[in-house]
Amino acid sequence: MAIECLVLGAGQEVGKSCVVVTIGGKRIMFDCGMHMGHHDCQRYPDFARILSATPGATDFTSAISCVVITHFHLDHIGALPYFTEVCGYNGPVYMTYPTKALAPLMLEDYRKVMVDHRGEEEQYSYEDIQRCMKKVIPVDLKQTIQVDRDLVIRAYYAGHVLGAAMIYAKVGDAAMVYTGDYNMTPDRHLGAAQIDRLKLDLLITESTYAKTVRDSKHAREREFLKAVHKCVSGGGKVLIPAFALGRAQELCILLDDYWERMNLKIPIYFSAGLTIQANMYYKMLIGWTSQKIKDSYTVHNPFDFKHVCHFERSFINDPGPCVLFATPGMISGGFSLEVFKRWAPSEKNLVTLPGYCVAGTIGHKLMSGKPTKIDLDKDTHVDVRCQIHQLSFSPHTDSKGIMDLTEFLSPSHVILVHGEKPQMAFLKDRIESELGMPCYYPANNETVSIPTTHYLKINATEKFITSCTAAQARDGLEKANLLCGNHLSGVDGDVKADEGILLMEKSMAPKILCEDELLQLLGTERHSVQFESLLSSRVEEVQTTIVDDVVSEF
Amino acid sequence: MKLTCLATPGSGGGYHAPASHLLELEGLRLLLDCPVDLSALAAFAPVPLDAGSGDAGELICAVPYYRSPAVAAAAKAGGVDAVLVSSTTGMLGLPFLTRLPSFANTKVYVTEVASRIGKLMMEELVEMHSQFVSFYGPDMDGIPKWMEGEKHSKLMSMLQKIGIEDERNDLSPLMPLYSAANIEECMQKIQPIKYGQEVCFNGMLMLKASSSGLELGNCAWSLEGPRASITYLPNTVFVSAHALDCDYNSLKENDVILFSDFSSLNVMDEDDENLGENAMLCDDSVSRDDGVGEDENVQILCKNDDIAEEIERISFICSSIIDAIKSGGSVLVPIERLGVILLILELISETLHSFDVKVPIFIISGAAEKMIAFTNAVPEWLCKPRQEKLFSGEALFGHVELLKEGKLFMFPHLYSKGMLAAWKEPCIVFCPDMSLRHGTVVHLLRRWHADKRNLLILEQGVDAELALKAFMPVSIQILECSFLSGIKAGKVNPLLTVLKPKLVLFPEEMKLRCPLKEGAPWPCLYYSKGKTIEVPNTRDEFEVRLAANVALGLQPRQLDGTVAVARLRAKLHLSNGQYMLVAPKDQTDDQTKRLLLHWGAVDAGRVLLALLEKGMSCAFSGDDVGLVGSERSILVTSPGDALVKITSERTVIYCDDEGTSKQIYDALGSVCNGI
Ligand SMILES: [Zn+2]
Repeated sequence: MAIECLVLGAGQEVGKSCVVVTIGGKRIMFDCGMHMGHHDCQRYPDFARILSATPGATDFTSAISCVVITHFHLDHIGALPYFTEVCGYNGPVYMTYPTKALAPLMLEDYRKVMVDHRGEEEQYSYEDIQRCMKKVIPVDLKQTIQVDRDLVIRAYYAGHVLGAAMIYAKVGDAAMVYTGDYNMTPDRHLGAAQIDRLKLDLLITESTYAKTVRDSKHAREREFLKAVHKCVSGGGKVLIPAFALGRAQELCILLDDYWERMNLKIPIYFSAGLTIQANMYYKMLIGWTSQKIKDSYTVHNPFDFKHVCHFERSFINDPGPCVLFATPGMISGGFSLEVFKRWAPSEKNLVTLPGYCVAGTIGHKLMSGKPTKIDLDKDTHVDVRCQIHQLSFSPHTDSKGIMDLTEFLSPSHVILVHGEKPQMAFLKDRIESELGMPCYYPANNETVSIPTTHYLKINATEKFITSCTAAQARDGLEKANLLCGNHLSGVDGDVKADEGILLMEKSMAPKILCEDELLQLLGTERHSVQFESLLSSRVEEVQTTIVDDVVSEF
Repeated sequence: MKLTCLATPGSGGGYHAPASHLLELEGLRLLLDCPVDLSALAAFAPVPLDAGSGDAGELICAVPYYRSPAVAAAAKAGGVDAVLVSSTTGMLGLPFLTRLPSFANTKVYVTEVASRIGKLMMEELVEMHSQFVSFYGPDMDGIPKWMEGEKHSKLMSMLQKIGIEDERNDLSPLMPLYSAANIEECMQKIQPIKYGQEVCFNGMLMLKASSSGLELGNCAWSLEGPRASITYLPNTVFVSAHALDCDYNSLKENDVILFSDFSSLNVMDEDDENLGENAMLCDDSVSRDDGVGEDENVQILCKNDDIAEEIERISFICSSIIDAIKSGGSVLVPIERLGVILLILELISETLHSFDVKVPIFIISGAAEKMIAFTNAVPEWLCKPRQEKLFSGEALFGHVELLKEGKLFMFPHLYSKGMLAAWKEPCIVFCPDMSLRHGTVVHLLRRWHADKRNLLILEQGVDAELALKAFMPVSIQILECSFLSGIKAGKVNPLLTVLKPKLVLFPEEMKLRCPLKEGAPWPCLYYSKGKTIEVPNTRDEFEVRLAANVALGLQPRQLDGTVAVARLRAKLHLSNGQYMLVAPKDQTDDQTKRLLLHWGAVDAGRVLLALLEKGMSCAFSGDDVGLVGSERSILVTSPGDALVKITSERTVIYCDDEGTSKQIYDALGSVCNGI
């Protein structure tokens, strides 16, 4: 048996995550993302390749057993309405409760940016998003979901954003994990990724920061707060381009708390009702935040921000300092771009950018070098004189986190996605040399095949099981070792093999039994074979006589 | 496998005190649910004791004691390996257990939500109990006086009456309540889980909780052992108005069902007519027997008739509340069911609105604020229509709106800060205290009992006469209500047909109430309280997974046309309740040295031929007389000296030279049955 892994997106790049995995005749699509940097057919994964890789399949519904979405970021879910409503996939789609609740906000927000601001032809409509989300089956963490008789999936906490999950999938004996994006350190409102020690043939992990090791988070948070404080106390405006969900809540908790401590009165705005609405969802989904927030929440909900208010479009040209969260992130268009155009020319103002911006966005341009002028198109230019602060904290794991997770899970094989080629090559070498696991980082539209271990189902008699257990106990093996929790036990123990007879009868499941059970079954007696020294054959008679004498004395 | 039923439910059909069992399998002892029986509380006088009102004379004026048959039996058994809890009320007895030294290593499995709510309920119980302690002072020296007197025997006979059964007068002893520290200690032992989460206990058992539909966080359990899969089915509701519906699909095809829903026994004191109707419903499904496809049975289960009736009952309560309010009276609702409270709150706000009546609603309880806030943050545990509210961005329950509009107030006590300012009569007060024995309810009853415009809503099954004894004479109107507590008799057979068990363990008491389908494909064993029954294994053999690389290395030997055998050397592991045979680490083990298994008669003549064929010099020895059935000896002279003695059951090879003895052994193997 093998696991076939077709990478349709996020192969040696970041954007449009989509991996189609075939295990034991089942085909799972992990994520169905879009690429923010492309505006042509490259923006979506090349779904047609699924059909050509599936002999006999006439449509996507028959070709794919299920789609699993890891989290609500557009590069992981952006193509889903297109896939279900335009391509016609009609099978099950799984995502966590928060993802199902929050994804429509992200999708609709982006659709509006595309259609209303860029004037592009819409790829899917508002109704498409609604219809698509209706098909989604929500899942809870750690829940074992039986997709069909053979295919089982399970979600684990991934940190990153609210509701982000790593996905475990198993068909027969073959098992794998697809991480999606994850964070190995807790942040203001989310916990660190958490997963069981599983027996895996394959781990597919993100590798955004394949080469970066990050230092203390507190220092970086302080740096951000200092930059913001300095700007507003100088009368400047702070633009924080962010998507409505995720980073916005994280930074808001940070700022709201700082404003409270420093007794600041300068307004913090959200550009759209969207984020305020999003906070309402966060309140109901508080069970998915960090333990710290959950524990502190009994009466006051931490997503009730004290200093945050709604922003009116007319405020753009108002004098005086303020902080504004504006969508979309990375300044890829829409309102954040509109505000950027007005505020960028003043050196008093500040724009904060996330640690990662997709190529092709203005955010990306601002981060590469220190441009003084940005060309929006042939006729429009923006003079950039404002301060640029790059947020160096990110909801992605760093390379140490990737190595830690990989070592913890100890899969037989590793595939890297969602990263940049040179860094991925570096990480591949580390995984192979330090952890001794074969590692791949296929480009888009490439397929990797992974061999898997396979087991046969047989029966064993109670006597066989008891004799093995007894033998192992006798060999000084601790009971706890044989009867251990969630992992294959005793593998490393230097223990003698157990022995039994495998009985194979026509039209019956093979069965292991003990030697005397076999004899009983065959209705025959044991014929024992002994080895003796040649000498003993001569003394035997004498011994027998002695024994006889002893016996006769009684 | 052995099953002992420790307790069957009394009033409330198992909602307030579910049944509990002790299950022994594969050498493990499991306690299924650990409730506490609070019915004894009614025998104690309410606090603060007020000599002026009512007849407290017959009631015990002392700090109450409680009993838990489950705890008593588990303690008697000397400890259990694990406790599986199926409901919040099923965990209220846990601190009694976990404070015992023999339970130091016991693991407790409860759903996340049940454990959160259960903890709040335990704390509330301790809080209420402390009112007795502060009134009477703590029991300083050992057993209180009343326990040795007439009052004790009276109490015991009363308890016997409440608990329908117990002819044998073996009531478990009364115990003083646990402390807040006991609760903390108990919570340490709890492993909270999600619906559908598989947890491995002791390597051997896979445990899984599935929603049972009765209440937030309530669950049915699947126990998957190496030889049998068992469903522990507590009170179950197929369509709920608040909790996630029973997930019976995940219970399909388990071998054994331990049916522990006694609710149809307690069908709310319905009259005979109704009883007949239930029996008929039951018969109905019997008569339709084989013609009914699975779909039809599923339809019977999913029909929302039960919940429609429940909503109807709650609407009736609401209209009674409105009547009382309109007549100028206040309403006291000491009901302890979370789901019912949530539904009344939703319906009453609509009703109040439609009648344009403005009265404040109070919930007075130490746990209320936390519990109510908590219910709006657990969408995964709610019924599908409420989950849809999450996806459309609405609050999960109506109380969020009520709070925002300032129509609902929550206070821990009547004397809490702000309470007086908000207080206005007439009003509606929720105050979970069924037995009417603690501060708030006692205070309000004393205030309201003499006015017939006021309304008291009690749950049926509570002994109203006893409960109200201390408040006599009462003019307050009393509405006794019953609520949905589990499977209706008519749905039992359709459920079993869908689940396809190999064996059903059924309560003896329910034999009559709900006759099982005649000629059903599943055999049935009946259990009754206090007795242990032996449950046969549905599989004699263990399922094992054999690694393919081990299987490839096998050298099978054909015995006849249909049977082959092979010697298997592998390492046996137990992982997640699954036995696995994998290649042993050390494979260099010298197999040739091993004595293999031989059987049947060995023909000495054929041995001799085989030896000769190998080029050895040998012959029957001189002593050999060649008689059938006795010992034959073959003397080998080359390549080494050896003597082979063969009898019908044994061959002995006398040889000092390893090479020679190996050749002889191989020759023997070639003419003999062996492996
Ligand atoms: Zn992401």
